[in-house]
Amino acid sequence: MSADHAEHNGNGGAAASAATAAASPGGVAAGSDGLVRQPPKRTITLAHGSGGKAMQDLIRDVFVAGFDNPLLGALEDQARVELAELLQRGDRLAFTTDSYVVDPLFFPGGDIGKLAVSGTVNDLAVGGARPLFLSCGMIMEEGLPIDELQKVVESMRATAQQAGVAIVTGDTKVVHKGAADKLFINTAGIGVIPAGVDIRAERAQPGDVIIVNGFIGDHGAAIVDARGELALQHVIESDCQPLNGLVEAMLETGVDIHCMRDATRGGIATVLNEFASASNTCMRLREEALPLREEVRGMCEILGLDPLYLANEGKLVAVVAAQDADRLLNAMRAHPAGGDAAIIGEVSADPAGTVVLHTAFGGERIIDVLVGEQLPRIC
Amino acid sequence: MKFVDEFRDPQKAKLLIERIGALAEQVLKQRGGPIRLMEFCGGHTHTIFRYGIAGMLPEGIELVHGPGCPVCVLPMGRVDDCVALAERQEVIFTTFGDAMRVPGSRKSLLQAKADGADVRMVYSPMDALALARQNPDREVVFFALGFETTMPSTALTVMQARREGIGNFSLFCNHITTVPTIKAILDSPGMNIDAFLAPGHVSMVIGMEPFRFVAEDYGRPIVITGFEPLDILQSIWMLLKQMAEGRCEVENQYARVVPPKGNAAALKAIAEVYEIREFFEWRGLGSIDHSGVRMREGWAEHDAERKFPIPNLKIADPRSCQCGEVLKGAIKPWECKVFGTQCTPQTPLGALMVSSEGACAAYYNFGGIRQVQEKQQQAAAETGEGTA
Repeated sequence: MSADHAEHNGNGGAAASAATAAASPGGVAAGSDGLVRQPPKRTITLAHGSGGKAMQDLIRDVFVAGFDNPLLGALEDQARVELAELLQRGDRLAFTTDSYVVDPLFFPGGDIGKLAVSGTVNDLAVGGARPLFLSCGMIMEEGLPIDELQKVVESMRATAQQAGVAIVTGDTKVVHKGAADKLFINTAGIGVIPAGVDIRAERAQPGDVIIVNGFIGDHGAAIVDARGELALQHVIESDCQPLNGLVEAMLETGVDIHCMRDATRGGIATVLNEFASASNTCMRLREEALPLREEVRGMCEILGLDPLYLANEGKLVAVVAAQDADRLLNAMRAHPAGGDAAIIGEVSADPAGTVVLHTAFGGERIIDVLVGEQLPRIC
Repeated sequence: MKFVDEFRDPQKAKLLIERIGALAEQVLKQRGGPIRLMEFCGGHTHTIFRYGIAGMLPEGIELVHGPGCPVCVLPMGRVDDCVALAERQEVIFTTFGDAMRVPGSRKSLLQAKADGADVRMVYSPMDALALARQNPDREVVFFALGFETTMPSTALTVMQARREGIGNFSLFCNHITTVPTIKAILDSPGMNIDAFLAPGHVSMVIGMEPFRFVAEDYGRPIVITGFEPLDILQSIWMLLKQMAEGRCEVENQYARVVPPKGNAAALKAIAEVYEIREFFEWRGLGSIDHSGVRMREGWAEHDAERKFPIPNLKIADPRSCQCGEVLKGAIKPWECKVFGTQCTPQTPLGALMVSSEGACAAYYNFGGIRQVQEKQQQAAAETGEGTA
């Protein structure tokens, strides 16, 4: 990002740099006839990415005002973080990034902004890190209503506040109509891992138990539902939420968490396959133990989808020694993000590298890594 | 969940498994070798794998997974035709989701979409008709596929289009028929299936009568079966009971849905819009007489085959592919030469690896991991030897 600033931004605008490749030459919005027209006031235009006044106003009024913190407010080309402060919190830096392209931008239970903060916070938290700082890169499609952008920024602010992180640096780009879908957000995050915490996928051992912090598949189902093509009776809400508070509560128990990941795209099936292959063990799930909402199950029945592969945005899967499970579960259930936490299965030795589901019906099947996208079945 | 959990009760399953075990012992004693039961329908295959039913059955009962997955048996040439239609500027090509991934000789619909074709996934043909209504300046083509189960819905949709005067809506008809295909399997050399689970939703439309020949002419018991796991177990029990008692009949396990005479209104709609083709090409099975339908001439204005030029090229199945033998039960999926090596769900060579309902994909995804690993180790060992 600093390179980007150096290249395009000589005016000290810390939070953003100019749109480049896709912006029209000269930084003004020109029609196909070449005539320059006054852009409509309340939508994003190419001028907002041109590096000029419109962009500076947008950064000041929307982003700097919205995210409001001294590191961002300094308006330098980069956020500057005191090392001493970090060193007090732990002995390793955790650094991660993720991009968010969800359609629709607003859905029951959340929006792209809440998602962009929670997702990156969670990627840090499940490694045991305490998330501290985020960056925010926005790619906006020309024509995006500014009040929608403001709603997204407000949602990012509220979620960052809830998670106790600051959005300290950023970037905006505007691209031509059709070159992006309304709004894409990238967030990167920095956190610090306390000494002694060692959470790694390869640490699962036979005899361990598998824990999830609540209902699975809500986010994936909410997005299908929100696209409005099914006209279902119930509104399904996304589980989108920051998990760092829950993880902190889990770490405070002193339990040695062997593995932990947040189950986003690809669902818990994908995370468990990662654990199984990294640790060369078998993850055995009990179908009747899986927390699954009736309405999510109903949608899966209609479309022939498997909730194990549905996306979550506020769910983590943890593997711990059996004797530690109750202590951890009690702490999780006492936290709002873990009220429905449950043991969903056990780790065994064989067949190594696989995930096996014991069906409620009495059979067994292998839960493999998803190939391609889950598509609704014909009949 | 109401009307679902009742059909997945593990206690009832246990009871049925015990009864199946007792009957199987009796039948196996009478005849020696294993009992081979074919479920024709891909929906049944899906249920069997999803609930792990094969592993619950007593030894000596083998389930052979038939060709009843309409997505799997679609020949490459037809997928190429879909892609050609989808690539036309004026066309919005609409399809059920799982048909998007089926590989053609050039590309799948999913790839065509990525390359810029306007391909849209819909949940019902009526959604496609709605698109035609909303886009009067475009031609909306719906990829009509499936057995008799989906024929009434596509037939009723074009009838609706005609009533409303929506001229920019057409079907690319790839519907296939069940009965000639079961007959082709029964007639194939080396056929060793002892009894059949007949497709429940097809029967809901066509009734019980069309399956009578299986029992009467070929001496194979057949039970029309529902799609919940207890349905499957009960039907297996009913088949074994017929065998134990020396009976050979068409029975209806799925009576809560299937009327003996089928659905008269649905059959009327099918007859009004569709007529039997002389033959239809199947992936894995080759050409089967009377196994497909096309739209009648009176529906030409809604028939994509008449409205647009269709390449209609025949593309042969890959030579190494043994789908036909798997479909007929002659070999198990993992016994195929290319299973899990050249042919995987990521890069399917054969029909049965294409959709999650295909027998090979189901084995690969749900159960056959050990066979896959053995196969890969074997292949690695062979290459090792080859290069040594």
